[in-house]
Amino acid sequence: MTGSLKRKQMITTAVIHAILIIFSIIMIIPFLWMALTAFKTVTESTSVNPFVIFPSEWRTDAFVTVWNNMDFFRLYMNTLLLIFWRVIAAVLTATLAGYAFARLQFKGRDFMFSLILFQMMIPAQIFIIPQYAMVSAMHMTDTIFALVFPGLVTAFGTFLLKQSYMSLPVSLEEAARLDGCNIFQTFLYIMAPLARSSMVALGIFTAVFAYKDMMWPLIVNTSANKMPLSAALATMQGQYTSNYPQLMAASLIAVLPMIVIYLIFQRQFIEGIATSGGKL
Amino acid sequence: MSESTKQAAVPKKKMTTWEKNQFVYGWAFILPTMLGLIVLNIYPIFLTIYQSFCKTGDFGRGNVFIGLENYATMLKDPAVWQSLLNTFKYAIIEVPFSIAISLVLAVFLNRKIKFRSGYRTIFFLPMIAAPAAVAMVWRWLYNTQFGLLNHIFGTHIQWISDPKIAWISVAVIGVWSIIGYNMVLFLAGLQEIPGDYYEAASIDGASGIREFFSITIPLLSPTIFFVLVTRVIGALQVFDLVYVVMDRTNPALPKTQSLVYLFYQTAFTNGNKGYGAAMVMLLLAVILLITVVQMYGQKKWVHYD
Repeated sequence: MTGSLKRKQMITTAVIHAILIIFSIIMIIPFLWMALTAFKTVTESTSVNPFVIFPSEWRTDAFVTVWNNMDFFRLYMNTLLLIFWRVIAAVLTATLAGYAFARLQFKGRDFMFSLILFQMMIPAQIFIIPQYAMVSAMHMTDTIFALVFPGLVTAFGTFLLKQSYMSLPVSLEEAARLDGCNIFQTFLYIMAPLARSSMVALGIFTAVFAYKDMMWPLIVNTSANKMPLSAALATMQGQYTSNYPQLMAASLIAVLPMIVIYLIFQRQFIEGIATSGGKL
Repeated sequence: MSESTKQAAVPKKKMTTWEKNQFVYGWAFILPTMLGLIVLNIYPIFLTIYQSFCKTGDFGRGNVFIGLENYATMLKDPAVWQSLLNTFKYAIIEVPFSIAISLVLAVFLNRKIKFRSGYRTIFFLPMIAAPAAVAMVWRWLYNTQFGLLNHIFGTHIQWISDPKIAWISVAVIGVWSIIGYNMVLFLAGLQEIPGDYYEAASIDGASGIREFFSITIPLLSPTIFFVLVTRVIGALQVFDLVYVVMDRTNPALPKTQSLVYLFYQTAFTNGNKGYGAAMVMLLLAVILLITVVQMYGQKKWVHYD
């Protein structure tokens, strides 16, 4: 009896592993194929008979060509600056506002918070035409500022941080106040440090979405040396239509740094995005 | 704390120092966010609404008010309705498939199983890849002559240039990209279901599949509902995949382009901002309508305890 039960359990586990492995392969193959193609020659990549899976020689020509043609160093810098400023701006403004919405009583608070909720329900495309008009009226197109602009504040992040402050005990604040802390000191020394994990989550969430955002950079920054990676890659496919090793090399260069960072901090990434995404 | 609320209830009384402090600090704290929100989001909503009643004047002149003309044009524009239909078709594949697959994967990963976090890391991988890179490699996999897919299946299918199937191919990329994200949200929800339920069920001799439908799905329904609503909204705004996968010259483009893609082309490539704004208003109406319907529908199947 117990033997057959054990066997049944083993079979279930084996089936589950088989399904998980199949899906893992499906998830990995595109990345693998990206890498394999990038090291091939054009002839190898388009050879049908025989179909070439592994490059005969691990050539780096495609990488060298796209690296020189596309000024990846600049693209990395643009992306990094975009991420950096968006994360700083989002975390800073949302931490402050989130605290006030969660813990302070003042006139106008509830109406202001309803604006935050309202913004979260509106699809972002509504804002794009006027935002572009503003950037172009300031003569700021093709700048890092233009890339960062729509992400200077975050309704979603404010909501996230508000939730996080609300879960903290009130007694801490009362104790701080009795010790003579004013509101800003209470916030800075007592409450903000306790909301750190939510700030990290918001930071990761902001970084990933800034890195993936494509439409806004395509609209505001049209010169090649002011684009972030995502937009540069999207415009590149027109230029090298048939040269797949070069297209794949460029894609690999663009995704690799993020993948490496992700693999190192995968727990923080997944939890950060799960907690932010799940609290919407 | 209670003292201050008592005093606040008394009308027209002078504010105490504590109340005044809260007022000053409160506004100071929310000021950057509210200023940004009003300039970047609230004011633009009105501008976009106004813009949708305007056309861009010739020779760089600003907006010329034309009333409902953009909306009238839109009603008769087959490209708009086709792209709205394309968007729905995309969503109808992306949302149910990504939710079903990620739900099953999440249930598997919620068990005590070897290599759990490894699987989780792999499934989540597409989430952190630039969509342009993802779309580009899929385009290459889909390539009719030299693509890996046609080689594996021994076929000669025009995955992304045959108007009949291109929209499915694009939606498959969408499913592939989002599985990991949904799965992580489901995993978080599953961890909150108490183990007792499953113990009781297994004592009663319920099979795994039975448990899935009579315990997991009902208890997870708030999370499923949340993922459903956000995924539908996300799918209705699809842009990146269409932009990178479909060339401007691709014969399947009219049957694949999404509403947001058409908006981008209209407003920014062709510079017709007024008409683009009208399209965005249509998108807003569609999203609000579908979300409201889902909110009402949830009473039938979502169990909150």
